[in-house]
Amino acid sequence: MADKTTTDCLIIGAGPVGLFAVFELGLLDIKAHVVDILDKIGGQCAELYPEKPIYDIPGFPSVTGQGLVDNLKAQIEPFGAQFHLGEMVTEVEALGSETAPLFSIKTTAGTEFEAKSVLIAAGGGSFQPKKPPIPGIEAYEQQSVFYSIRRMEDFRGRNVLIVGGGDSALDWTLNLASIAQRVTLLHRRDEFRAAPHSVDKMRQLVREGIVDLRIGQVIGLEGHDGRLQNALCRDNDGKTLEVKCDAMMPFFGLTMKLGPIANWGLSLHENLVPVDTEKFETSTPGIFAIGDINTYPGKLKLILSGFHEGALAAQKVQRYVHPDRRVTFQYTTSSTSLQKKLGVA
Amino acid sequence: MAKIQFIDFSGTVHAVDAELGSTVMETAIKNGIPGIEAECGGACACATCHVYIDPEWQEKVGAPSSMEEDMLDFAYDIRPNSRLSCQIKVSNDLDGLTVRTPERQA
Ligand SMILES: Cc1cc2nc3c(=O)[nH]c(=O)nc-3n(C[C@H](O)[C@H](O)[C@H](O)COP(=O)(O)OP(=O)(O)OC[C@H]3O[C@@H](n4cnc5c(N)ncnc54)[C@H](O)[C@@H]3O)c2cc1C
Ligand code: FES
Repeated sequence: MADKTTTDCLIIGAGPVGLFAVFELGLLDIKAHVVDILDKIGGQCAELYPEKPIYDIPGFPSVTGQGLVDNLKAQIEPFGAQFHLGEMVTEVEALGSETAPLFSIKTTAGTEFEAKSVLIAAGGGSFQPKKPPIPGIEAYEQQSVFYSIRRMEDFRGRNVLIVGGGDSALDWTLNLASIAQRVTLLHRRDEFRAAPHSVDKMRQLVREGIVDLRIGQVIGLEGHDGRLQNALCRDNDGKTLEVKCDAMMPFFGLTMKLGPIANWGLSLHENLVPVDTEKFETSTPGIFAIGDINTYPGKLKLILSGFHEGALAAQKVQRYVHPDRRVTFQYTTSSTSLQKKLGVA
Repeated sequence: MAKIQFIDFSGTVHAVDAELGSTVMETAIKNGIPGIEAECGGACACATCHVYIDPEWQEKVGAPSSMEEDMLDFAYDIRPNSRLSCQIKVSNDLDGLTVRTPERQA
Protein backbone atom coordinates (compact mmCIF):
# COMPACT_ATOMS: atom_id res chain seq x y z
CA MET A 1 0.00 0.00 0.00
CA ALA A 2 1.22 3.47 -0.87
CA ASP A 3 2.19 5.86 1.93
CA LYS A 4 -0.61 8.08 3.11
CA THR A 5 -0.24 11.81 2.76
CA THR A 6 -1.46 13.51 5.91
CA THR A 7 -3.03 16.95 5.74
CA ASP A 8 -5.25 19.29 7.71
CA CYS A 9 -7.81 19.60 4.95
CA LEU A 10 -8.46 17.80 1.71
CA ILE A 11 -10.27 19.91 -0.88
CA ILE A 12 -12.16 18.00 -3.56
CA GLY A 13 -12.42 20.18 -6.66
CA ALA A 14 -10.13 22.93 -7.97
CA GLY A 15 -12.91 25.18 -9.29
CA PRO A 16 -12.97 28.83 -8.23
CA VAL A 17 -14.57 27.94 -4.91
CA GLY A 18 -12.06 25.21 -3.99
CA LEU A 19 -9.22 27.54 -4.97
CA PHE A 20 -10.41 30.43 -2.82
CA ALA A 21 -10.95 28.04 0.10
CA VAL A 22 -7.17 27.47 0.06
CA PHE A 23 -6.83 31.18 0.84
CA GLU A 24 -9.35 31.28 3.68
CA LEU A 25 -7.91 28.11 5.23
CA GLY A 26 -4.37 29.37 4.76
CA LEU A 27 -5.06 32.52 6.77
CA LEU A 28 -6.02 30.21 9.63
CA ASP A 29 -2.84 28.11 9.27
CA ILE A 30 -4.70 25.16 7.81
CA LYS A 31 -2.70 23.25 5.20
CA ALA A 32 -4.58 21.87 2.26
CA HIS A 33 -4.21 19.44 -0.63
CA VAL A 34 -6.50 19.85 -3.63
CA VAL A 35 -7.62 17.04 -5.97
CA ASP A 36 -9.35 17.50 -9.32
CA ILE A 37 -10.13 15.06 -12.09
CA LEU A 38 -9.33 17.70 -14.72
CA ASP A 39 -5.70 18.15 -15.70
CA LYS A 40 -5.95 21.87 -14.99
CA ILE A 41 -7.31 24.06 -12.21
CA GLY A 42 -10.32 26.37 -12.52
CA GLY A 43 -13.37 24.06 -12.78
CA GLN A 44 -16.20 25.38 -14.94
CA CYS A 45 -14.52 28.77 -15.43
CA ALA A 46 -11.47 27.20 -17.07
CA GLU A 47 -13.17 24.30 -18.82
CA LEU A 48 -16.46 25.74 -20.04
CA TYR A 49 -15.96 29.47 -20.49
CA PRO A 50 -12.29 30.53 -20.23
CA GLU A 51 -12.73 33.42 -22.65
CA LYS A 52 -16.16 34.67 -21.59
CA PRO A 53 -16.36 37.71 -19.32
CA ILE A 54 -17.92 37.41 -15.86
CA TYR A 55 -19.52 40.66 -14.68
CA ASP A 56 -20.51 39.87 -11.10
CA ILE A 57 -17.26 39.26 -9.25
CA PRO A 58 -17.12 42.05 -6.65
CA GLY A 59 -14.37 44.53 -7.48
CA PHE A 60 -13.96 43.32 -11.06
CA PRO A 61 -16.28 45.09 -13.52
CA SER A 62 -15.31 42.36 -15.98
CA VAL A 63 -12.97 39.39 -15.81
CA THR A 64 -12.79 36.31 -18.04
CA GLY A 65 -13.20 32.81 -16.66
CA GLN A 66 -9.50 32.08 -17.16
CA GLY A 67 -8.55 35.55 -15.89
CA LEU A 68 -10.34 34.86 -12.62
CA VAL A 69 -8.62 31.48 -12.27
CA ASP A 70 -5.20 33.03 -12.94
CA ASN A 71 -5.86 35.70 -10.30
CA LEU A 72 -7.02 33.14 -7.75
CA LYS A 73 -3.90 31.08 -8.43
CA ALA A 74 -1.70 34.10 -7.72
CA GLN A 75 -3.73 34.98 -4.63
CA ILE A 76 -3.35 31.53 -3.03
CA GLU A 77 0.30 31.11 -4.02
CA PRO A 78 1.67 32.02 -0.52
CA PHE A 79 -0.08 29.03 1.05
CA GLY A 80 1.67 26.37 -1.02
CA ALA A 81 -1.29 24.06 -1.34
CA GLN A 82 -0.43 20.88 -3.23
CA PHE A 83 -2.46 20.01 -6.30
CA HIS A 84 -3.22 16.50 -7.49
CA LEU A 85 -4.65 16.92 -10.97
CA GLY A 86 -6.04 14.27 -13.28
CA GLU A 87 -7.26 12.26 -10.27
CA MET A 88 -10.80 11.62 -9.13
CA VAL A 89 -11.57 11.18 -5.44
CA THR A 90 -13.42 7.88 -5.21
CA GLU A 91 -13.52 7.07 -1.49
CA VAL A 92 -13.97 9.09 1.65
CA GLU A 93 -14.13 7.05 4.83
CA ALA A 94 -14.63 8.44 8.32
CA LEU A 95 -12.10 7.13 10.84
CA GLY A 96 -12.34 9.62 13.69
CA SER A 97 -15.03 10.75 16.06
CA GLU A 98 -17.58 13.56 15.90
CA THR A 99 -15.38 15.90 17.89
CA ALA A 100 -12.07 14.82 16.38
CA PRO A 101 -12.86 13.79 12.82
CA LEU A 102 -10.33 11.99 10.67
CA PHE A 103 -10.82 10.74 7.14
CA SER A 104 -9.17 8.33 4.80
CA ILE A 105 -9.42 9.45 1.17
CA LYS A 106 -8.50 7.57 -2.00
CA THR A 107 -8.20 8.66 -5.61
CA THR A 108 -8.27 6.90 -8.97
CA ALA A 109 -4.49 7.36 -9.23
CA GLY A 110 -4.01 5.36 -6.03
CA THR A 111 -3.09 8.41 -3.94
CA GLU A 112 -4.15 8.08 -0.29
CA PHE A 113 -4.69 10.87 2.16
CA GLU A 114 -5.43 11.07 5.84
CA ALA A 115 -7.13 14.39 6.54
CA LYS A 116 -8.66 16.05 9.59
CA SER A 117 -11.34 17.62 7.42
CA VAL A 118 -12.76 17.34 3.92
CA LEU A 119 -14.04 20.26 1.88
CA ILE A 120 -16.19 19.15 -1.02
CA ALA A 121 -16.03 21.89 -3.67
CA ALA A 122 -17.10 19.59 -6.46
CA GLY A 123 -19.36 21.99 -8.37
CA GLY A 124 -21.68 20.12 -10.70
CA GLY A 125 -19.63 16.97 -10.11
CA SER A 126 -16.64 15.45 -11.85
CA PHE A 127 -16.00 16.50 -15.41
CA GLN A 128 -16.43 13.37 -17.49
CA PRO A 129 -16.46 12.72 -21.22
CA LYS A 130 -19.84 13.05 -22.90
CA LYS A 131 -21.20 9.87 -24.38
CA PRO A 132 -22.87 10.39 -27.74
CA PRO A 133 -26.30 8.72 -27.84
CA ILE A 134 -25.38 6.29 -30.65
CA PRO A 135 -27.81 3.37 -30.40
CA GLY A 136 -26.24 0.36 -28.67
CA ILE A 137 -22.94 2.11 -27.85
CA GLU A 138 -22.96 0.85 -24.23
CA ALA A 139 -22.34 -2.72 -25.34
CA TYR A 140 -18.97 -1.71 -26.82
CA GLU A 141 -17.71 0.53 -24.03
CA GLN A 142 -14.38 -0.50 -22.45
CA GLN A 143 -13.73 -3.17 -25.09
CA SER A 144 -13.98 -1.20 -28.32
CA VAL A 145 -15.29 2.26 -27.44
CA PHE A 146 -13.10 4.50 -25.28
CA TYR A 147 -13.75 8.01 -24.00
CA SER A 148 -10.24 8.48 -22.69
CA ILE A 149 -6.95 6.74 -23.30
CA ARG A 150 -4.76 5.42 -20.52
CA ARG A 151 -2.21 3.39 -22.46
CA MET A 152 -1.36 4.13 -26.08
CA GLU A 153 0.07 0.61 -26.41
CA ASP A 154 -3.46 -0.80 -26.13
CA PHE A 155 -4.05 0.53 -29.63
CA ARG A 156 -1.01 -0.99 -31.30
CA GLY A 157 -2.03 -2.67 -34.53
CA ARG A 158 -5.69 -1.73 -34.16
CA ASN A 159 -7.99 -0.09 -36.65
CA VAL A 160 -8.93 3.09 -34.85
CA LEU A 161 -11.77 5.52 -35.54
CA ILE A 162 -11.48 8.88 -33.81
CA VAL A 163 -14.55 11.13 -33.82
CA GLY A 164 -14.41 14.87 -33.19
CA GLY A 165 -12.77 18.10 -34.26
CA GLY A 166 -11.19 19.54 -31.11
CA ASP A 167 -7.79 19.20 -29.52
CA SER A 168 -8.38 15.77 -27.95
CA ALA A 169 -9.48 14.27 -31.27
CA LEU A 170 -6.58 15.79 -33.18
CA ASP A 171 -3.94 15.02 -30.53
CA TRP A 172 -4.92 11.36 -30.43
CA THR A 173 -5.05 11.17 -34.21
CA LEU A 174 -1.47 12.39 -34.35
CA ASN A 175 -0.28 10.24 -31.44
CA LEU A 176 -1.86 7.02 -32.60
CA ALA A 177 -0.98 7.43 -36.28
CA SER A 178 2.36 5.67 -35.77
CA ILE A 179 1.06 2.97 -33.40
CA ALA A 180 -2.28 1.91 -34.81
CA GLN A 181 -2.60 -0.11 -37.96
CA ARG A 182 -4.89 2.55 -39.36
CA VAL A 183 -6.35 5.77 -37.98
CA THR A 184 -9.52 7.29 -39.41
CA LEU A 185 -10.56 10.73 -38.21
CA LEU A 186 -14.26 11.47 -38.60
CA HIS A 187 -15.70 14.94 -38.09
CA ARG A 188 -19.04 16.45 -39.07
CA ARG A 189 -17.45 19.27 -41.08
CA ASP A 190 -14.13 19.99 -42.72
CA GLU A 191 -13.27 22.64 -40.15
CA PHE A 192 -11.51 21.94 -36.88
CA ARG A 193 -11.51 23.78 -33.57
CA ALA A 194 -8.18 22.25 -32.58
CA ALA A 195 -4.91 24.18 -32.47
CA PRO A 196 -3.92 25.17 -36.06
CA HIS A 197 -0.55 23.40 -35.93
CA SER A 198 -2.23 20.08 -35.02
CA VAL A 199 -4.68 20.58 -37.88
CA ASP A 200 -1.78 21.22 -40.27
CA LYS A 201 0.01 18.09 -39.08
CA MET A 202 -3.16 16.03 -39.46
CA ARG A 203 -3.66 17.28 -43.03
CA GLN A 204 -0.04 16.40 -43.79
CA LEU A 205 -0.62 12.82 -42.57
CA VAL A 206 -3.78 12.65 -44.68
CA ARG A 207 -1.81 13.74 -47.77
CA GLU A 208 0.83 11.12 -47.01
CA GLY A 209 -1.89 8.49 -46.86
CA ILE A 210 -1.20 7.64 -43.20
CA VAL A 211 -4.47 8.96 -41.78
CA ASP A 212 -7.93 8.79 -43.37
CA LEU A 213 -10.10 11.86 -42.95
CA ARG A 214 -13.84 11.39 -43.36
CA ILE A 215 -16.55 14.03 -43.06
CA GLY A 216 -19.75 12.78 -41.47
CA GLN A 217 -21.33 11.52 -38.28
CA VAL A 218 -21.62 8.09 -36.68
CA ILE A 219 -25.20 6.84 -36.68
CA GLY A 220 -24.76 3.20 -35.75
CA LEU A 221 -22.30 0.49 -34.77
CA GLU A 222 -21.88 -3.09 -35.92
CA GLY A 223 -20.07 -5.90 -34.18
CA HIS A 224 -20.43 -8.82 -31.76
CA ASP A 225 -19.90 -9.34 -28.03
CA GLY A 226 -18.53 -5.87 -27.48
CA ARG A 227 -16.11 -6.23 -30.40
CA LEU A 228 -16.66 -3.46 -32.91
CA GLN A 229 -16.33 -4.23 -36.62
CA ASN A 230 -17.90 -1.29 -38.43
CA ALA A 231 -19.11 2.19 -37.72
CA LEU A 232 -22.02 3.28 -39.88
CA CYS A 233 -21.64 6.93 -40.76
CA ARG A 234 -23.76 9.45 -42.59
CA ASP A 235 -22.04 12.04 -44.73
CA ASN A 236 -23.41 15.53 -45.24
CA ASP A 237 -25.30 14.53 -48.39
CA GLY A 238 -27.17 11.92 -46.39
CA LYS A 239 -25.25 8.97 -47.87
CA THR A 240 -24.30 6.14 -45.54
CA LEU A 241 -20.72 4.98 -45.42
CA GLU A 242 -19.10 2.19 -43.46
CA VAL A 243 -15.84 2.68 -41.65
CA LYS A 244 -14.07 -0.54 -40.71
CA CYS A 245 -12.69 -0.23 -37.20
CA ASP A 246 -12.14 -2.29 -34.06
CA ALA A 247 -11.72 0.67 -31.73
CA MET A 248 -13.57 3.96 -31.59
CA MET A 249 -12.92 7.09 -29.58
CA PRO A 250 -15.66 9.71 -29.55
CA PHE A 251 -14.57 13.15 -28.30
CA PHE A 252 -17.72 15.16 -27.68
CA GLY A 253 -16.52 17.37 -24.86
CA LEU A 254 -17.16 17.05 -21.16
CA THR A 255 -20.18 17.07 -18.92
CA MET A 256 -20.44 17.09 -15.12
CA LYS A 257 -21.58 13.96 -13.29
CA LEU A 258 -22.02 13.71 -9.52
CA GLY A 259 -19.92 10.54 -9.52
CA PRO A 260 -18.61 8.85 -6.38
CA ILE A 261 -19.83 11.56 -3.97
CA ALA A 262 -23.11 9.65 -3.82
CA ASN A 263 -21.31 6.74 -2.08
CA TRP A 264 -19.81 8.59 0.86
CA GLY A 265 -22.75 8.22 3.21
CA LEU A 266 -23.79 11.88 3.00
CA SER A 267 -27.40 13.00 2.87
CA LEU A 268 -28.20 14.14 -0.65
CA HIS A 269 -31.01 16.19 -2.09
CA GLU A 270 -31.47 16.07 -5.89
CA ASN A 271 -27.77 15.33 -6.42
CA LEU A 272 -26.73 18.20 -4.15
CA VAL A 273 -25.30 18.07 -0.66
CA PRO A 274 -27.44 19.82 1.99
CA VAL A 275 -25.49 21.95 4.47
CA ASP A 276 -26.24 24.38 7.27
CA THR A 277 -25.60 28.07 6.59
CA GLU A 278 -23.40 28.74 9.60
CA LYS A 279 -20.56 26.31 8.91
CA PHE A 280 -21.55 24.70 5.59
CA GLU A 281 -21.01 21.32 7.17
CA THR A 282 -22.70 18.20 5.78
CA SER A 283 -24.51 15.43 7.66
CA THR A 284 -21.04 14.05 8.53
CA PRO A 285 -19.13 16.25 11.00
CA GLY A 286 -15.80 17.26 9.48
CA ILE A 287 -17.03 17.06 5.89
CA PHE A 288 -18.04 20.41 4.42
CA ALA A 289 -19.62 21.26 1.08
CA ILE A 290 -19.19 24.65 -0.59
CA GLY A 291 -19.93 26.14 -4.01
CA ASP A 292 -22.27 24.73 -6.65
CA ILE A 293 -22.39 21.27 -5.05
CA ASN A 294 -24.24 22.32 -1.89
CA THR A 295 -27.83 23.30 -1.22
CA TYR A 296 -29.62 25.25 1.50
CA PRO A 297 -32.64 27.55 1.58
CA GLY A 298 -31.92 30.52 -0.67
CA LYS A 299 -28.86 28.98 -2.31
CA LEU A 300 -27.55 30.82 -5.38
CA LYS A 301 -25.09 29.02 -7.68
CA LEU A 302 -22.79 32.00 -7.92
CA ILE A 303 -19.02 32.18 -7.54
CA LEU A 304 -19.56 35.03 -5.08
CA SER A 305 -21.67 32.81 -2.82
CA GLY A 306 -19.10 30.01 -2.96
CA PHE A 307 -16.37 32.38 -1.78
CA HIS A 308 -18.47 33.39 1.23
CA GLU A 309 -19.24 29.76 2.03
CA GLY A 310 -15.53 28.91 2.00
CA ALA A 311 -14.73 31.69 4.46
CA LEU A 312 -17.32 30.48 6.94
CA ALA A 313 -16.50 26.80 6.55
CA ALA A 314 -12.83 27.57 7.23
CA GLN A 315 -13.76 28.92 10.66
CA LYS A 316 -15.25 25.59 11.68
CA VAL A 317 -12.42 23.60 10.06
CA GLN A 318 -10.12 25.58 12.33
CA ARG A 319 -11.91 24.22 15.40
CA TYR A 320 -11.14 20.68 14.28
CA VAL A 321 -7.57 21.32 13.15
CA HIS A 322 -6.46 23.67 15.93
CA PRO A 323 -8.92 22.82 18.72
CA ASP A 324 -6.96 24.58 21.47
CA ARG A 325 -6.49 27.85 19.67
CA ARG A 326 -8.27 30.97 20.87
CA VAL A 327 -10.21 32.30 17.89
CA THR A 328 -9.58 35.94 17.06
CA PHE A 329 -10.96 37.88 14.15
CA GLN A 330 -8.45 39.77 12.00
CA TYR A 331 -8.30 41.83 8.82
CA THR A 332 -5.68 41.27 6.10
CA THR A 333 -5.22 45.06 5.83
CA SER A 334 -4.16 45.52 9.42
CA SER A 335 -3.02 42.24 10.95
CA THR A 336 0.73 41.75 10.78
CA SER A 337 0.30 38.08 11.58
CA LEU A 338 -1.96 37.59 8.53
CA GLN A 339 0.38 39.66 6.42
CA LYS A 340 3.31 37.44 7.39
CA LYS A 341 1.38 34.43 6.16
CA LEU A 342 0.73 36.27 2.90
CA GLY A 343 4.41 37.11 2.62
CA VAL A 344 3.77 40.87 2.47
CA ALA A 345 4.85 41.95 5.96
CA MET B 1 -45.31 38.08 -27.61
CA ALA B 2 -44.66 35.59 -30.38
CA LYS B 3 -45.97 32.06 -30.75
CA ILE B 4 -43.52 29.19 -30.94
CA GLN B 5 -44.39 25.57 -31.67
CA PHE B 6 -42.12 22.92 -30.27
CA ILE B 7 -42.57 19.42 -31.67
CA ASP B 8 -40.90 16.90 -29.40
CA PHE B 9 -39.41 13.53 -30.35
CA SER B 10 -42.70 11.72 -29.74
CA GLY B 11 -44.45 14.09 -32.15
CA THR B 12 -46.37 15.99 -29.47
CA VAL B 13 -46.89 19.64 -30.40
CA HIS B 14 -46.41 22.25 -27.67
CA ALA B 15 -47.64 25.69 -28.77
CA VAL B 16 -46.44 28.35 -26.35
CA ASP B 17 -46.11 32.12 -25.99
CA ALA B 18 -42.59 33.48 -26.14
CA GLU B 19 -41.50 36.83 -24.81
CA LEU B 20 -39.87 39.11 -27.37
CA GLY B 21 -36.15 39.43 -26.65
CA SER B 22 -35.93 36.15 -24.76
CA THR B 23 -34.36 33.12 -26.39
CA VAL B 24 -35.98 30.03 -27.85
CA MET B 25 -34.13 27.97 -25.21
CA GLU B 26 -35.51 30.10 -22.35
CA THR B 27 -38.98 29.70 -23.78
CA ALA B 28 -38.54 25.93 -23.91
CA ILE B 29 -37.27 25.69 -20.32
CA LYS B 30 -40.03 27.96 -19.00
CA ASN B 31 -42.60 25.70 -20.59
CA GLY B 32 -40.96 22.39 -19.66
CA ILE B 33 -40.51 21.26 -23.27
CA PRO B 34 -39.04 17.71 -23.37
CA GLY B 35 -35.64 17.24 -24.99
CA ILE B 36 -34.00 20.52 -23.96
CA GLU B 37 -31.48 20.50 -21.10
CA ALA B 38 -29.57 23.78 -21.37
CA GLU B 39 -26.94 22.82 -18.80
CA CYS B 40 -24.95 26.03 -19.22
CA GLY B 41 -27.93 28.34 -18.96
CA GLY B 42 -27.59 29.82 -22.41
CA ALA B 43 -23.91 30.67 -22.62
CA CYS B 44 -23.29 28.67 -25.79
CA ALA B 45 -21.03 26.43 -23.74
CA CYS B 46 -22.80 23.07 -23.49
CA ALA B 47 -24.70 22.22 -26.70
CA THR B 48 -27.55 20.64 -24.73
CA CYS B 49 -30.17 22.98 -26.20
CA HIS B 50 -29.87 21.58 -29.74
CA VAL B 51 -33.00 21.87 -31.92
CA TYR B 52 -33.98 21.38 -35.56
CA ILE B 53 -35.54 24.40 -37.24
CA ASP B 54 -38.53 23.69 -39.43
CA PRO B 55 -37.18 23.96 -43.02
CA GLU B 56 -39.72 26.68 -43.81
CA TRP B 57 -38.25 28.85 -41.10
CA GLN B 58 -34.58 28.16 -41.70
CA GLU B 59 -33.95 31.25 -43.79
CA LYS B 60 -35.64 33.63 -41.34
CA VAL B 61 -33.84 32.14 -38.35
CA GLY B 62 -30.51 32.30 -40.16
CA ALA B 63 -27.26 30.40 -39.82
CA PRO B 64 -25.27 29.82 -36.65
CA SER B 65 -22.32 32.06 -35.78
CA SER B 66 -18.86 30.50 -35.89
CA MET B 67 -18.87 30.18 -32.07
CA GLU B 68 -22.16 28.29 -32.29
CA GLU B 69 -20.82 26.10 -35.13
CA ASP B 70 -17.91 25.12 -32.88
CA MET B 71 -20.30 24.26 -30.07
CA LEU B 72 -22.53 22.23 -32.40
CA ASP B 73 -19.59 19.83 -32.75
CA PHE B 74 -20.54 18.64 -29.25
CA ALA B 75 -24.13 17.83 -30.17
CA TYR B 76 -25.35 14.59 -31.71
CA ASP B 77 -27.04 14.06 -35.07
CA ILE B 78 -26.38 17.46 -36.54
CA ARG B 79 -28.39 18.33 -39.64
CA PRO B 80 -28.33 21.34 -41.95
CA ASN B 81 -31.20 22.84 -39.91
CA SER B 82 -29.53 22.29 -36.53
CA ARG B 83 -29.25 25.26 -34.18
CA LEU B 84 -28.56 25.84 -30.50
CA SER B 85 -31.80 27.29 -29.23
CA CYS B 86 -30.11 29.57 -26.68
CA GLN B 87 -28.59 31.49 -29.59
CA ILE B 88 -31.93 32.33 -31.23
CA LYS B 89 -33.59 35.50 -30.00
CA VAL B 90 -37.37 35.70 -30.23
CA SER B 91 -38.56 38.60 -32.39
CA ASN B 92 -41.78 39.53 -34.19
CA ASP B 93 -40.23 38.07 -37.34
CA LEU B 94 -40.21 34.66 -35.68
CA ASP B 95 -43.89 34.71 -34.69
CA GLY B 96 -45.18 31.22 -35.55
CA LEU B 97 -41.72 29.57 -35.56
CA THR B 98 -41.73 25.77 -35.49
CA VAL B 99 -38.78 23.80 -34.08
CA ARG B 100 -38.27 20.13 -33.29
CA THR B 101 -36.45 18.86 -30.23
CA PRO B 102 -34.29 15.71 -30.35
CA GLU B 103 -34.97 12.58 -28.32
CA ARG B 104 -31.94 13.21 -26.16
CA GLN B 105 -29.22 15.80 -25.95
CA ALA B 106 -25.70 14.37 -26.30
C1 LIG C 1 -21.22 29.27 -19.14
C2 LIG C 1 -21.28 29.61 -17.69
C3 LIG C 1 -21.30 30.94 -17.29
C4 LIG C 1 -21.32 31.27 -15.93
N1 LIG C 1 -21.31 32.59 -15.56
C5 LIG C 1 -21.26 32.92 -14.24
C6 LIG C 1 -21.22 34.29 -13.82
O1 LIG C 1 -21.27 35.21 -14.63
N2 LIG C 1 -21.15 34.55 -12.48
C7 LIG C 1 -21.12 33.55 -11.53
O2 LIG C 1 -21.02 33.86 -10.34
N3 LIG C 1 -21.19 32.25 -11.91
C8 LIG C 1 -21.25 31.91 -13.23
N4 LIG C 1 -21.32 30.60 -13.61
C9 LIG C 1 -21.36 29.59 -12.55
C10 LIG C 1 -19.97 29.37 -11.96
O3 LIG C 1 -19.05 28.97 -12.97
C11 LIG C 1 -20.07 28.30 -10.90
O4 LIG C 1 -20.90 28.78 -9.88
C12 LIG C 1 -18.69 27.99 -10.33
O5 LIG C 1 -17.83 27.46 -11.31
C13 LIG C 1 -18.82 27.02 -9.17
O6 LIG C 1 -17.55 26.79 -8.67
P1 LIG C 1 -17.19 25.49 -7.88
O7 LIG C 1 -15.75 25.66 -7.51
O8 LIG C 1 -18.20 25.27 -6.84
O9 LIG C 1 -17.37 24.29 -8.89
P2 LIG C 1 -16.81 23.97 -10.36
O10 LIG C 1 -16.32 25.18 -11.04
O11 LIG C 1 -17.88 23.18 -10.98
O12 LIG C 1 -15.55 23.03 -10.07
C14 LIG C 1 -15.71 21.78 -9.45
C15 LIG C 1 -14.52 20.91 -9.75
O13 LIG C 1 -14.57 19.74 -8.94
C16 LIG C 1 -14.11 18.65 -9.69
N5 LIG C 1 -14.64 17.41 -9.07
C17 LIG C 1 -15.92 17.10 -8.78
N6 LIG C 1 -16.01 15.89 -8.20
C18 LIG C 1 -14.73 15.42 -8.10
C19 LIG C 1 -14.16 14.22 -7.59
N7 LIG C 1 -14.90 13.26 -7.02
N8 LIG C 1 -12.81 14.07 -7.67
C20 LIG C 1 -12.03 15.05 -8.24
N9 LIG C 1 -12.53 16.21 -8.74
C21 LIG C 1 -13.86 16.38 -8.67
C22 LIG C 1 -14.65 18.92 -11.07
O14 LIG C 1 -13.91 18.19 -12.04
C23 LIG C 1 -14.49 20.43 -11.19
O15 LIG C 1 -13.26 20.80 -11.79
C24 LIG C 1 -21.32 30.26 -14.95
C25 LIG C 1 -21.31 28.91 -15.37
C26 LIG C 1 -21.30 28.58 -16.70
C27 LIG C 1 -21.27 27.15 -17.13
S1 FES D 1 -27.86 26.29 -23.24
FE1 FES D 1 -25.82 25.63 -23.30
S2 FES D 1 -25.31 25.92 -25.37
FE2 FES D 1 -27.37 26.56 -25.29
